[in-house]
Amino acid sequence: MSDLLSVRDLRVTFSLRRQGAMPWARPTLLHAVNGVEFTLRAGETLGIVGESGCGKSTLARALIGLVPASGQAEWIDGRDLLALTPRQMMAYRQDIQMVFQDPLASLNPRMNVGQIIAEPLVTHRPDLPRAEIRARVRAMMEKVGLLPNQINRYPHEFSGGQCQRIGIARALILEPKLVICDEPVSALDVSIQAQVINLLIRLQKEMGLSLIFIAHDLSVVKHVSDRVMVLYLGKVMELASAGALYASPQHPYTQALLSAVPVPDPTIEAARTIVPLKGDLPSPLNPPSGCVFRTRCPRAEARCAAEVPALAGGDHAVACHFPGPLTEAEIARAREVA
Amino acid sequence: MVIDQKKMQSLSDRMVEAEVKGRSPWADARRRFFRNRAAMLGLTILVLVTLFALFGGALAQWSNEELDFSVMGRVAELGAPSLANGHYFGTDNLGRDLYARTVQGTQISLMVGIVGAAIAVIVGTLYGATAGYVGGRTDQIMMRAVDILMSIPYMFVLILLLVMFGRSMSMLFLGIGLISWLDMSRIVRGQTLSLKNREFVEAARATGVSSFRIIIRHIVPNLLGVVAVYATLLVPLMILTESFISFLGLGVQEPLTSWGALISEGAGTMNYGTLWQLAFPLFFFVITLFGFFFVGDGLRDALDPKER
Repeated sequence: MSDLLSVRDLRVTFSLRRQGAMPWARPTLLHAVNGVEFTLRAGETLGIVGESGCGKSTLARALIGLVPASGQAEWIDGRDLLALTPRQMMAYRQDIQMVFQDPLASLNPRMNVGQIIAEPLVTHRPDLPRAEIRARVRAMMEKVGLLPNQINRYPHEFSGGQCQRIGIARALILEPKLVICDEPVSALDVSIQAQVINLLIRLQKEMGLSLIFIAHDLSVVKHVSDRVMVLYLGKVMELASAGALYASPQHPYTQALLSAVPVPDPTIEAARTIVPLKGDLPSPLNPPSGCVFRTRCPRAEARCAAEVPALAGGDHAVACHFPGPLTEAEIARAREVA
Repeated sequence: MVIDQKKMQSLSDRMVEAEVKGRSPWADARRRFFRNRAAMLGLTILVLVTLFALFGGALAQWSNEELDFSVMGRVAELGAPSLANGHYFGTDNLGRDLYARTVQGTQISLMVGIVGAAIAVIVGTLYGATAGYVGGRTDQIMMRAVDILMSIPYMFVLILLLVMFGRSMSMLFLGIGLISWLDMSRIVRGQTLSLKNREFVEAARATGVSSFRIIIRHIVPNLLGVVAVYATLLVPLMILTESFISFLGLGVQEPLTSWGALISEGAGTMNYGTLWQLAFPLFFFVITLFGFFFVGDGLRDALDPKER
């Protein structure tokens, strides 16, 4: 399989001005995404997990060109998406679409479903006649499980799950190669979550899509992803195939995250060991030196404060000086501190 | 389990039924508006006043320029409202038919109000939406320009303009148009700022829709509620401004007239027993302002049900 997208050293930096600061004062820099690297193969699903504020959504917005980013994002044809002018980018926008978190907020309340789903088509294929556009919209509605005769309805007349289906239909109408799903199910009920996820998986198979699936629900990510990337404070902590990552997490942060996943079985739930993390997420305005996770890591040593660990290890890449499963003693220490 | 064949049939009929009609937010608002008694009363008044302005002239027996020599000089005794001599609203001091004059004044006052509000809506909406959507330095410059214009005492400038360049209708429109859009652009900019980070705008940007089309298709339709409410409240404000200017004697000039000019004339002769010269123009002026305010309130309630 060839790489659809290979991202190298992607950085998103916001410059913040203090309220009432003098115009010549130097703005503070916030590194929301700080040197992220990954490759995405054609037809694959890459899950991105991490706690809130770690840069998941910013990464997605950078890839689609909604926030300016530096670094490289090489598309399958060898062009660097981040270096394109807006005009050149237009051609690639057809291939990269996005599904948003809040199903209702991502639909314009003054437009009906037909207009909403047709918008990308009208923008990119102005040559298509109206009847053809309408036919395609109806076909797409059927594909995502909506009744095509509801084409004239408005978003407020639909449920959350149906709204998300409309959002998915809008993303797929141009038959893109890559769909970025930014927490597509976190605003939905659990039963609806399953429907929407299974719909995404089915459509991925049918249309040969690549997915970047952002979520903070680890079980959902495990279910859909081929590979999973763990982010912390804008940096990649661990990147591995879903099976390997969930079976034998190497980074202490990943282990802490996975240990916190609730299991819907009371006996297992009571028996599992939770690794608590001390403190809060450090401010991204002033990240720790060296390894960004060291302030909360049960295994941190002097070297972690001095050197930034590189992401290394081929198929199962870890950014840690001392990877490997946590020992009983370390877990006990983590509990004491927290 | 017994399946009711008839019910299943009607269900399947419904499923394949050609295109269900959707209920747009506009349709919802219209329904709420038509259920609001006060707003409907206001709308009825406005419709009647408009009909009066458009077709009232057809009922007049005298033109608005003709002098009735039979009442001239003895207006207080002979010029009172009467059906017999065709002066339904009486005559003014010169013996002109007040009914025809009121029709003419209504036309002009409504036109000033509607044109002024239309300028405010078009210029203010586009200006404010652009400033808010583009943001950054453009926004700063555009809004500081508005601040500077607002800091000028406009009534003073308007009076100076009318004195320097002559008192004409076009000058009056220009002067009122220049000031009316400032408030509107501020309101619209504020709304745009809250809209532009909504996810549906982001979705459109990610698809590659151009900024101009985003403003026209996504921002402006979502602003229209606020704009419509503000515009209906702006019309009476424009009418008031024009009336004030005309009351000062600077606005609409003879042989044209407006409510403000008629009220001014009527007020001048109040003490000579010709109270109808004040009462009729004032009546139309007051009920129209009432109508606009009721409709504005009704629109606000209809377009923003959460606020109640």
